[in-house]
Amino acid sequence: MSLLSNTGVLLGKELRTEFRSRELLTTTVIFILMVVVLFSFTFDPTSADSRRFGAGLLWLAFLFAASLMLQPCFLREQTNDTLSALRLAVSDPFAILLAKLAANTLFLLVTELLMLPVFSVLYNVPVLPVLGRLLLVFFLGSLGVSIAGTALSAISAQARMRELLLPLLLLPLLTPVLVASTQVTAGLLDVAPFMQWKGIGFVATFDVVFLTALWLFGEYLLEE
Amino acid sequence: MKNAADPATAGIRFEHIEKRYGGLFALRRVSLEVGAGECLALAGRNGSGKTTLLRIAAQLARPSAGSVKFSSSVAGDPSWKPRLGYVAHATMVYDELTAEENLVLFARLEGIANAREIVTALLREVGLMERRSSLVRTFSRGMRQRVAIARALLERPQILLLDEPGTGLDPEGLAWLAGHLQSLREAGCTILMSLHGESAISEVATRAVRLDAGAVVADASDGAGMRSILTFAGA
Repeated sequence: MSLLSNTGVLLGKELRTEFRSRELLTTTVIFILMVVVLFSFTFDPTSADSRRFGAGLLWLAFLFAASLMLQPCFLREQTNDTLSALRLAVSDPFAILLAKLAANTLFLLVTELLMLPVFSVLYNVPVLPVLGRLLLVFFLGSLGVSIAGTALSAISAQARMRELLLPLLLLPLLTPVLVASTQVTAGLLDVAPFMQWKGIGFVATFDVVFLTALWLFGEYLLEE
Repeated sequence: MKNAADPATAGIRFEHIEKRYGGLFALRRVSLEVGAGECLALAGRNGSGKTTLLRIAAQLARPSAGSVKFSSSVAGDPSWKPRLGYVAHATMVYDELTAEENLVLFARLEGIANAREIVTALLREVGLMERRSSLVRTFSRGMRQRVAIARALLERPQILLLDEPGTGLDPEGLAWLAGHLQSLREAGCTILMSLHGESAISEVATRAVRLDAGAVVADASDGAGMRSILTFAGA
């Protein structure tokens, strides 16, 4: 069976189990909304303030939401040793990682989309005129976070100090992609919005490089 | 290449298998050959290496030294791999999916063409047809074990690896499993299973091996020898 059809079947399973348990989405959506609302009431930012630090706040919230989401993504497979069953069933183990990262990216994007109107209202920053370009940055940035996060989640799930290990490895690794995504987002939230294509290129390159590494070495991440 | 229509029977050979976890030896130079159609019962105390050997056979764990080789009754393709079925101590199914969804998921991943029909037949076989639409998390341990067994049988395995397959099963379930294993063995399926003591399932075994501290210490295929191995382990 081909890699893509296996990935499709597994992605369907990820979505079905998540929409039944609502374990990941509920936690991250509540968390991310709390961050945005709390910052808004604490700093009471003007539109100019929001344009200055809004991008940083958004990506900080996305990062913490992602680390909440990524931690259990492989732990769930350990409860009944279902990861072993998947490894036995699929012809290419990369399908397992690909489905996980597709699900993580999707869940992260849903969380971001739910947060965006709240951010726009509370911080008085219009996002509709740049929505398309903003979604492109969110997609590429979230994909980068998910690729690195999924790989590290697979590694840390088998470690003893897994709760500590994932953020410890994830944060330094994601710094470049977060800095670039924040800069591009800041440009789009500006009074005269502009797209930093160089930043987009950097994030896209990060995604391609890490996805290739995951494809080459992913099999070893799933082994005992 | 695996092929569900492949009629070949398969054997398995462990050659000087060693497995270390740090300084701890789980297996010490285990050499064992299980012929096609043979049913080998692995016995031994907790921690003697039974599960490790089964996981290495399932290719879920790599040995630190030595190798596992599969043999086919039909010569040909050097990349040939047998269809493996594995029932672990954990159920290896999703609690948040129904029994039917679990089996259809794994059937699709294994590339089984008529997944729905095969799953329905298996659910009927393991006695879960009535509860096919119930979430696995609502099942008793015995019912979960039935789902686990059905999952392992999906691909019509040529080699079946069972880690304490009777876990949670009631006497009726044990009798059903013993009967099913018997018919699988007669059809040429090679079975390697870990057991604790004698039961209806151990009656299916054609050979028994005892592991102690990761090494093979006894191997018998006669009735008295097998009983001695199995009862010692269960003591």
